[in-house]
Amino acid sequence: MSNYFGNYSLYIALIASIYLIIKSYIDTNINIKNLNKNLVLITSVQTVMIIISFISLVVAFIISDFSNETVFNNSHTLKPLFYKISGSWGNHEGSLLLWLLVLSVFLYIFLLKSRSQNTKYRLLTLLFQQIIISGFLIFILLTSNPFNTVFPIPSEGLGLNPILQDPALAIHPPILYFGYVGTSIIFSTSLAALVAGNIGDSWAKHIKSWVLVSWIFLTIGILLGSIWAYYELGWGGFWFWDPVENVSLMPWFCLTALLHTVIVLEKRNLFKEWTIILSITTFSLSMSGTFLVRSGILNSIHTFANDPSRGIFILSFLFVLVIMSVTIFFFNQKKLTSTIKNSFIISKETAILVNNWFMMFFLSVVLVGTIYPIFLEVLNGSKISVGPPFYHNLLIPFLIPFLVFMSFGPSLKWIKDKLKKFEYNLLIIFLASILISYFILINAEKKFLLSVPLIILSFYLLLVTINDFFNKKSSLSQKISHFGFSLLITSILLNGLFSNEFNANMKVGEERKFNDKVIKLNSVNVRDIDNYKSLKANFEIKNQNSFIQLSPEVRIYQQPFTITSEADIKTTLFSDNFLVFNILKDDGYYNVRYQYKPVMIWIWISTILISIGGLLSLIKKNEKKY
Amino acid sequence: MKKNIKFISLLLSLIIVFIILLKGLNVSKDYSNEKLNSKIDFSFKVKKLFNDEVINIEDLFNQEDLSVVNIWASWCAPCKDEHPNLMQLKDMNIKVVGINYKDNPKNAKNFLNLLGNPYSEIITDKDGTKSIEFGAIGVPETIVINGKTKSIIKKFIGPLSNENIIEIKSLINEKT
Repeated sequence: MSNYFGNYSLYIALIASIYLIIKSYIDTNINIKNLNKNLVLITSVQTVMIIISFISLVVAFIISDFSNETVFNNSHTLKPLFYKISGSWGNHEGSLLLWLLVLSVFLYIFLLKSRSQNTKYRLLTLLFQQIIISGFLIFILLTSNPFNTVFPIPSEGLGLNPILQDPALAIHPPILYFGYVGTSIIFSTSLAALVAGNIGDSWAKHIKSWVLVSWIFLTIGILLGSIWAYYELGWGGFWFWDPVENVSLMPWFCLTALLHTVIVLEKRNLFKEWTIILSITTFSLSMSGTFLVRSGILNSIHTFANDPSRGIFILSFLFVLVIMSVTIFFFNQKKLTSTIKNSFIISKETAILVNNWFMMFFLSVVLVGTIYPIFLEVLNGSKISVGPPFYHNLLIPFLIPFLVFMSFGPSLKWIKDKLKKFEYNLLIIFLASILISYFILINAEKKFLLSVPLIILSFYLLLVTINDFFNKKSSLSQKISHFGFSLLITSILLNGLFSNEFNANMKVGEERKFNDKVIKLNSVNVRDIDNYKSLKANFEIKNQNSFIQLSPEVRIYQQPFTITSEADIKTTLFSDNFLVFNILKDDGYYNVRYQYKPVMIWIWISTILISIGGLLSLIKKNEKKY
Repeated sequence: MKKNIKFISLLLSLIIVFIILLKGLNVSKDYSNEKLNSKIDFSFKVKKLFNDEVINIEDLFNQEDLSVVNIWASWCAPCKDEHPNLMQLKDMNIKVVGINYKDNPKNAKNFLNLLGNPYSEIITDKDGTKSIEFGAIGVPETIVINGKTKSIIKKFIGPLSNENIIEIKSLINEKT
């Protein structure tokens, strides 16, 4: 029953979409004063239809309706209710339906929130957004319909990948999608503003909330994905430069650049073309992300759908959008009246431009690392795998100038500033950071010359951002975000420098020495739980002044047959103790991996701080309005 | 005019990217057939890791049957990850010839003492040239060789997964 509801409401939504495209196109060409009420009405009908369709899918998952192919392939009656629900967007078809849902809801919110804006601009945004929505609707209906039926109705489903049964992962895709899809509004509005010719400070003010919203969601989405990888995959790291991770990081760099550029546009009416280019690029990168992940073109741990017809559709659709936006950009460029204003080298404008250059550099590195293997394979058939060393070698040295710029750039004034003559404060901070770094680095096992300036500068930036809380030069939101960012860089560096790992095969009762610690495997208990068999081990890790017990687990699922390792992680403010074990064979030996990871928790905390800064800015912006 | 040239060149480069990605969709993710069927030159000599004995590479492989070759190094982290899987092959009585790639013999021996030795024979490849004879591009890599035709019938780049192990097992059993 829910299959019919879901399916037909999608068709109704498609019809609405086609009507809206035609109608809004006609309306933009005849100068009308106010937005036709029908347009808003039909948009809300469309949104409701898509919501109905999404709810039908969730209901089908909850009641385990195996006449639905998506439910049959991805669910199982034994699965806990929470994961039945999250399973509805944990698969290819459902996740696209979620994309679509967020697209239409965001458009509806846009129409409600933009009443004070120019009518032509609103109509054009509606038009561009509907083009995207119809593309996704056709894609879903043609190649990935979540409401395909199975006959005869199977009595049991094929289960969901147990790796995906994790709370962080259950909410990670929707949050990430809010971020991705938010960029679609930025894309549509910037094209619309370009055509309507109202790119300027007031538009920047209007669009800034959308940039902030997408940026916050994207930041949290990436954070959740990273947390999932750390706790669930059991590889003992938070970032692997996996293509699927990179794909979410690329729009983030672009969006961060945009977030800063929009401020210049708002305050100084500068960088108009650059803002448009960034808006188009951000959305194209989000779409490419969907393409790369969903088409199966990448080899990655996140193995998703692998159906070439889907890939061809998304790829063609992506290029239609890109070529459309490039064409619109070129033919409307002259509408951008360049307002040449006095700007000097030493000014906030320049500082933000420098920030943008760095973001673009980071973006290019990640883009090359992700895309180049695909190109090479097509062009000469050779297979390469780009791993962490590539990214580290290219990104880390450039962190040094980046940290230097970030330490003074944000405090510069608009238009023209002088280089500060001499500040005792900063000198003291600099000396303090050298001192701190000295005590940290003499304890480091891995000694690299590069880590000296990096650690010194990251501490310097950290102290400077703390110091900034005591002056009134910038807004609180900016202070928090920048402080969060410097904390993030410092934590990542310390974590990389002081992490160490122990790896061995052990029997129950065996003891091994590692650095100044002794690791002992006390016992392994086997139990049957709900839908899996559990092997829970008990380890103790001792040194002179501490004693930790860790109980990692191995789960053997039957539906489908999968073995997963649940790492046990003891977190303190200073460090994480991470232990994961694996079954080798039946002779009583287990493969044990123990990792010591300093300041792990601060990586999460600092990322949360970064997004809190964004949230504050958003709240403040909305307060001003009323 | 200048703008048109810019626009057209941008459009053209976009189309090229589109075509490459489109082709990329159809590239098979498996390594098999034409490129791999090249013959291996079995006429060189190799040194064993444990007793420094020099032998003909030919003597290591079963002339009538399939052999599995694994290229590894103690410094290679993914090799550690695939190690339990190699041990599984040993338990299934599948002989694996190890090529120790650009490694320090002492570290290599320590590695095996710590994690167990899954190989029936191990030869050293101090400068990496022996591995090139097998068409390897990095570590770890696992190759299934047909001793009769002296050709590579299957190549696994990167650490072996559980599925790869099942595949190797079925390959070996098919032929025997």
